[in-house]
Amino acid sequence: MNDIVEIKYALDTFYFLMSGVLVMWMAAGFSMLEAGLVRSKNTTEILTKNVALYAIACCMYMLMGYSIMYGGTENLFMPDAWFGNSIANATTAEVLASGGDTYYSGASDFFFQVVFVATAMSIVSGAVAERMKLWAFLSFAVVMTGFIYPMQGVWSWGGGFLGETIGYSDYAGSGIVHLCGATAALSGVLFLGPRKGKYSADGKVNAIPGANMPLAAIGMFILWMGWFGFNGGSELAVSSVESSNNVASVFVNTNAAAAGGLLAALVLAHALYGKADLTMAVNGALAGLVAITADPLSATGGMATFIGAVGGAVVVLSVKFFDSIQIDDPVGAISVHGVAGLWGLLAVTINSDVTVLAQLTGAAVIFGWTFVTSSIVWYILKLAMGIRVSEEQEYEGVDASECGIDAYPEFVSSKS
Amino acid sequence: MKLVTAIVKPFKLDEVREALGDMGVSGVTVTEVKGFGRQKGHTELYRGAEYVVDFLPKVKLEIALSDEMVDSAVEAIAKAAQTGKIGDGKIFISNLEEVIRIRTGETGVEAV
Repeated sequence: MNDIVEIKYALDTFYFLMSGVLVMWMAAGFSMLEAGLVRSKNTTEILTKNVALYAIACCMYMLMGYSIMYGGTENLFMPDAWFGNSIANATTAEVLASGGDTYYSGASDFFFQVVFVATAMSIVSGAVAERMKLWAFLSFAVVMTGFIYPMQGVWSWGGGFLGETIGYSDYAGSGIVHLCGATAALSGVLFLGPRKGKYSADGKVNAIPGANMPLAAIGMFILWMGWFGFNGGSELAVSSVESSNNVASVFVNTNAAAAGGLLAALVLAHALYGKADLTMAVNGALAGLVAITADPLSATGGMATFIGAVGGAVVVLSVKFFDSIQIDDPVGAISVHGVAGLWGLLAVTINSDVTVLAQLTGAAVIFGWTFVTSSIVWYILKLAMGIRVSEEQEYEGVDASECGIDAYPEFVSSKS
Repeated sequence: MKLVTAIVKPFKLDEVREALGDMGVSGVTVTEVKGFGRQKGHTELYRGAEYVVDFLPKVKLEIALSDEMVDSAVEAIAKAAQTGKIGDGKIFISNLEEVIRIRTGETGVEAV
């Protein structure tokens, strides 16, 4: 019996860690997607933001984010501890004494959670791409990953009022991760303004094509792959028949939703614009993934495909809508993670007895908290250091002004 | 001597090269160029928004020829490069004062 408990503990921990590795790899997906959808003159800078925000997320979540989010909350609102929540593993004796209730390593839990906060922050970089100052962005990342994200996290996953009192349900984070990231991005874009040339004075929307479609496509596939860890790992266990069945269902549904989202966006974009737009298909797949994330378990494969397809279709319309009100989001992050995330939260009610009101309340709390706090931070950064590069720097490309390195130097210089 | 400058569609380059080779032209200089003519540019779509491509890619061939070869060369280029659709390009013929082969120092028709 003791051997079984130990093996189950080892298996669940191993599964948790490997899922975390898949989610960590999503940082590569975001990097490639964003590098593909910006112009080549801004490639090095967007990659620098992506690698640095990942590292900042890891440091800030270790310093305080994990304490805030998972250190407990007595009054369901404020965290019990701001700092110092230990990342502790149970001993063999403690695991055996728990009779299987302690079924994975404490450190593996930290690892799985820390890669989620990096995902939330990755969403912001794409929306503010090509015009935001590097160090203003990274300063925001410090507050976002150390405070803004963990605070709304404690209200749901950390045992706070959203989960306990409201009945809000969000399996792997359509709202807690994706809507939160998209809201911070929206706030940033509002303070930042559109890229120069994106909208004409008469309101015409001008296309600014991304530099590298192969990178955008590989980015999508990396994210798609990473999502099996994101959703699959959120079952938190795999060592019983029930939990392994659940994990398998989650994999099937996650995959199905991405496929549905991709096809819906591809077909709708072709119907609307007469061309098969790869970037919309990519956004559609990601929207499908975001939409199924709030409940990848309960749906059948067919229903998951449908939920993903609605997400993919919504994104095509949402991209057009945000352009019409001149909110410039180069990669479609606000549409993919925010609008499809909201749809995902509502879609939970289709296959469960969670109420629409609970989901809307949760979404409103996450949006309101993130929007207000993000806006305060963006505003302070704007006053303190400025968040936007100069017009000339934007024209020359932020690779030169922020990083001093061209992504493709051979294009402009033949000196070896 | 004449200098024949032809602007043609890039995908027709191989056929033009072959036609010129068949009639005995001994050298061609090829450059990838961009420009517009009556075709203007064309519009493309990206994420639901249009953008205009003002200059279209073409290939420019420069061929130095003796006077008697000009007519047949022009005919060969025109025949090989023609699709009948807008954007087929143009052929310019100008006088060529002198040609020098760098390796031997030959000049005039000998150097063509």
